Amino acid sequence: MISIKNVKKIFSTKSGQVRAVDDVNLDIAEGEIFGVIGYSGAGKSTLIRMLNGLELPSEGQVLVADNEVSSIKGSKLRKARQEISMIFQHFNLLWSRTVQENISFPLEIAGVDKSERLKKVNELIKLVGLDGREDAYPSQLSGGQKQRVGIARALANNPKVLLCDEATSALDPQTTDSILELLVDINERLGLTIVLITHEMHVIRKICHRVAVMEDGKIVELGKVLDVFKKPQAEITKRFVQQVTEPEETKETVQHLVDLYPNGQIVQLAFVGDSAEQPLITNLIRNYQVTVNVLQGKISQTHSGSYGTLFIHVDGEKDEVAKAIEFIHSENVGVEVISHD
Amino acid sequence: MINESLPNVKWESMWEATRETLYMTSISVVATFILGIILGLLLFLTSKGNIWENPVINKVIAAFVNVFRSIPFLILIVLLIPFTKLIMGTMIGQNAALPALIIGAAPFYARMVEIGLREIDKGVIEAAKSMGARTSTIIWKVLIPESMPALVSGITVTAIALVGYTAMAGVIGAGGLGNLAYLEGFQRSRNDVVLVATVIILIIVFIIQFIGDIITSKLDKR
Repeated sequence: MISIKNVKKIFSTKSGQVRAVDDVNLDIAEGEIFGVIGYSGAGKSTLIRMLNGLELPSEGQVLVADNEVSSIKGSKLRKARQEISMIFQHFNLLWSRTVQENISFPLEIAGVDKSERLKKVNELIKLVGLDGREDAYPSQLSGGQKQRVGIARALANNPKVLLCDEATSALDPQTTDSILELLVDINERLGLTIVLITHEMHVIRKICHRVAVMEDGKIVELGKVLDVFKKPQAEITKRFVQQVTEPEETKETVQHLVDLYPNGQIVQLAFVGDSAEQPLITNLIRNYQVTVNVLQGKISQTHSGSYGTLFIHVDGEKDEVAKAIEFIHSENVGVEVISHD
Repeated sequence: MINESLPNVKWESMWEATRETLYMTSISVVATFILGIILGLLLFLTSKGNIWENPVINKVIAAFVNVFRSIPFLILIVLLIPFTKLIMGTMIGQNAALPALIIGAAPFYARMVEIGLREIDKGVIEAAKSMGARTSTIIWKVLIPESMPALVSGITVTAIALVGYTAMAGVIGAGGLGNLAYLEGFQRSRNDVVLVATVIILIIVFIIQFIGDIITSKLDKR
């Protein structure tokens, strides 16, 4: 559905050239929810804007839904943009129009006649759950409701691709989840390809099938969300994964625990997918002469399985502890022994 | 009673002058509104980072606007005498004032239009583009409606300035309340005529402000 080939985007600024996007190659399949994560300034915003021609690449080729977005112009580009719609961090609704009129706007652009517009708008209002708010102005809506209007507006012309530009970054966590659920629902119901950019790993974890991690204009890591969670390679990816798998205070707590239990070992376990649901601890205690103390843990759901970390303290005879750790290794669970230092 | 305390006021000529003032004001407001929006849109659209970004055209329009906005109105009328004679055929009467009124007020209003347009969230324009909107659609369905409260409050201020300009134009023979107050009142030392003409002008100004405020608040859904 989307193919990005050797794309570069170079901005000339007073302080020299900035490579916002640096030789990116990417293929996104039809019906996929694809996430791009990175800190601000990583180039993800520029990348997503090249998918609908709001930015043009300095080099390379961008193909979206059979349109070569990087080279078409004028009416062809406008036509293509009706198939590639976009939602925004700050919603970008017209405040002078009601909910109904806002959703109707892209249909007016596409030249749909009035009675058909009204029918489509009412369908969309139902789809995004805004029944009863048709005649409200954006200023009378909450952030979540505004984004629902944004989504309805984006869906009006039956697009093939939906681009989400930090679509949940201005929303509180609860509203974020409800908007994400709506996106998944749309993806499943309409088979829409969704590309989203975000700086929150939570968003990736919750709905994405695959993820690309961007840093300094480059894609530093790319893969299925669960795989990336399981074995993050790049340093920046590890940091993003920690956002959702480890409570923020973990490091301090662990250091505290290390001081507290001078005997035995403190072990960090990483569970992925199926292994997250096995009775590992029970087996450990039954089969080895060790005591196990659960210190801290967290399990997160991703789109294709769960991922979690657990900190335990294992104590007993040195041999037994070593055997126990060996056993955990054999169970396909990631183990990291946190040493006393 | 009123006639006794205002012995020199001829009400018939007073109403005649009021009608002339209203005529000059309304024609010039309408023309200024249209011309100002066109100039303001051009200023906005050709500025940096906008749809028709073009530094040359932008500078030319900006220079035109700045020059005509800076010339004191009384001097502008005098400077425009040949031009007025050419297109209106006369230097006397209500129509003779129109070219100077419009040329004096439109650049002033154009700047207000530009400021109003600048206040529109760039993201909204980007959203319209991302939906595949043409530039004309963006102008008619995004820029103008979204800046409408600013456009209306701007034209209110401009209309009030125009009432004042018509009075000045009257001094050099354009008719209206200014002309009456100056020729019939001031030059003949009939202070009651000046007073009544002034009060009528004040009433016109208040009414314009009142209507402008109501429309602005009705339009503003932010």
